[in-house]
Amino acid sequence: MARPTTDESSAPAQQPAAPAPTKIVLSAADVSRVVDRIAHQILEKTSGAADVVLLGIATRGVPIAHRLAERIRAFEGRDIPVGTLDITLYRDDLRSSSVRAVGRTEEPAGGVDGRKVVLVDDVLFSGRTIRAALDALSDLGRPAAVQLAVLVDRGHRQLPIRADYVGKNIPTALSEQVKVKLTEIDGADEVVLINAGKGDAR
Amino acid sequence: MKHLLSTADLDAATAIEILDTAAEMASVSGREIKKLPTLRGRTVVNLFYEDSTRTRISFEAAAKRLSADVINFSAKGSSVEKGESLKDTAWTLQAMGADAVVIRHPASGAPHRLANWVTGSVLNAGDGTHEHPTQALLDAYTMRSRMGRLDGLHVAIVGDVLHSRVARSNVLLLNTLGAKVTLVGPPTLIPTDLNTSVQLNYDLDAVLPQADVVMMLRVQRERMTDSYFPSAREYSRRYGLDGARLRRMPSHAIVMHPGPMNRGMEITPEVADSPRSTIVEQVTNGVSVRMACLYLLLGGAR
Repeated sequence: MARPTTDESSAPAQQPAAPAPTKIVLSAADVSRVVDRIAHQILEKTSGAADVVLLGIATRGVPIAHRLAERIRAFEGRDIPVGTLDITLYRDDLRSSSVRAVGRTEEPAGGVDGRKVVLVDDVLFSGRTIRAALDALSDLGRPAAVQLAVLVDRGHRQLPIRADYVGKNIPTALSEQVKVKLTEIDGADEVVLINAGKGDAR
Repeated sequence: MKHLLSTADLDAATAIEILDTAAEMASVSGREIKKLPTLRGRTVVNLFYEDSTRTRISFEAAAKRLSADVINFSAKGSSVEKGESLKDTAWTLQAMGADAVVIRHPASGAPHRLANWVTGSVLNAGDGTHEHPTQALLDAYTMRSRMGRLDGLHVAIVGDVLHSRVARSNVLLLNTLGAKVTLVGPPTLIPTDLNTSVQLNYDLDAVLPQADVVMMLRVQRERMTDSYFPSAREYSRRYGLDGARLRRMPSHAIVMHPGPMNRGMEITPEVADSPRSTIVEQVTNGVSVRMACLYLLLGGAR
């Protein structure tokens, strides 16, 4: 399989030495273009998205999944069922922090059995979230195929997981954080790279 | 939250968090694969010094649906019959690495004592005439899902309130969640030392038309050391819920019972099996609520 689809438009510039600790990687207009492109790619790769359901991974994968469905409806007039997947109960790091609140899981209309499920998330990083999502998905049913769409791939995978649709590849250092902001949750669309110096990455 | 010993320890936010988590757990119970990997490798001990079917099986199902290992211990046929004390039993469980102990005990306060002896979490599954917090939580969950709210709800708790740990836990929790509680029963079976904002009434027929929820309690013969009422028939006539009384309740009102029921005593079969009775729902909801409690106690870092 070829490398994940990338946004060819802007090759990542070399990070300047010291200055701004945060850098805007995608503006609101960029986010909207990227979502449009992924919607087209889903339509292309699944030959019109006939059996496709979108499953947004909580929290920020959910609005992205709804936007993709909305774009697909605008492009082809087809209604794609959208569901919500909360992976809290499937995480492999539950014991490393205090107890986490459980979010909502909603199966897409018609379920996932025999459908092409596209998992949707904001940032692909270690791959552990997607591992958990695959486990959660297999408890919901048996899809015919599973694909992955992410707004940002920042690298540093810890598991053999790859996205089928990538909004933008952003080379990052482990010390940096990628923060995706979406209008539905944060009031505005923006993807920023935060140089946290030493310490925790996202 | 480290232990679940009393509903008095729960503030409104924590109680709502438990109910919301239970709602998510309930969706798991509706699936074909009723299993979550969440508590894999954790050990839950069911320590039952009193007979119980519903509560023990419910806790066992809840722990298993979360993939915890379950050890069932009942006092009958164990070293307790050879005279082992609760403390020694606690140390045994400790040595076996129990992450949580679910305890039912005839002595009020036994779970509190146990909580000082073991490092794991302790869940009170009913202690004497004191408390039964998970029952109150599942009752609140059932009321919320049937009525859509808890705040401002008028709940009548009817019968042997004096001996009822279910009533005690419910009064405390419902107060926290903003419901209005009226206790109904013969004067001999209504405690006099209640300091919370509950109403008392000795006349069931006066309360029924204003109640949103009527919770019937079992007359606990096994805990009665005195005669509290002249005869079962008289009790049943004055405080039993039959079809005629059901029809005097508002049309939206529901009937609850924590089980086990004495059909014909505090509730007639006509009422118990009517669509307005939530008795079977309460059992189903019990598993979801106990899954939520186990997750919130054991799901994070120790």
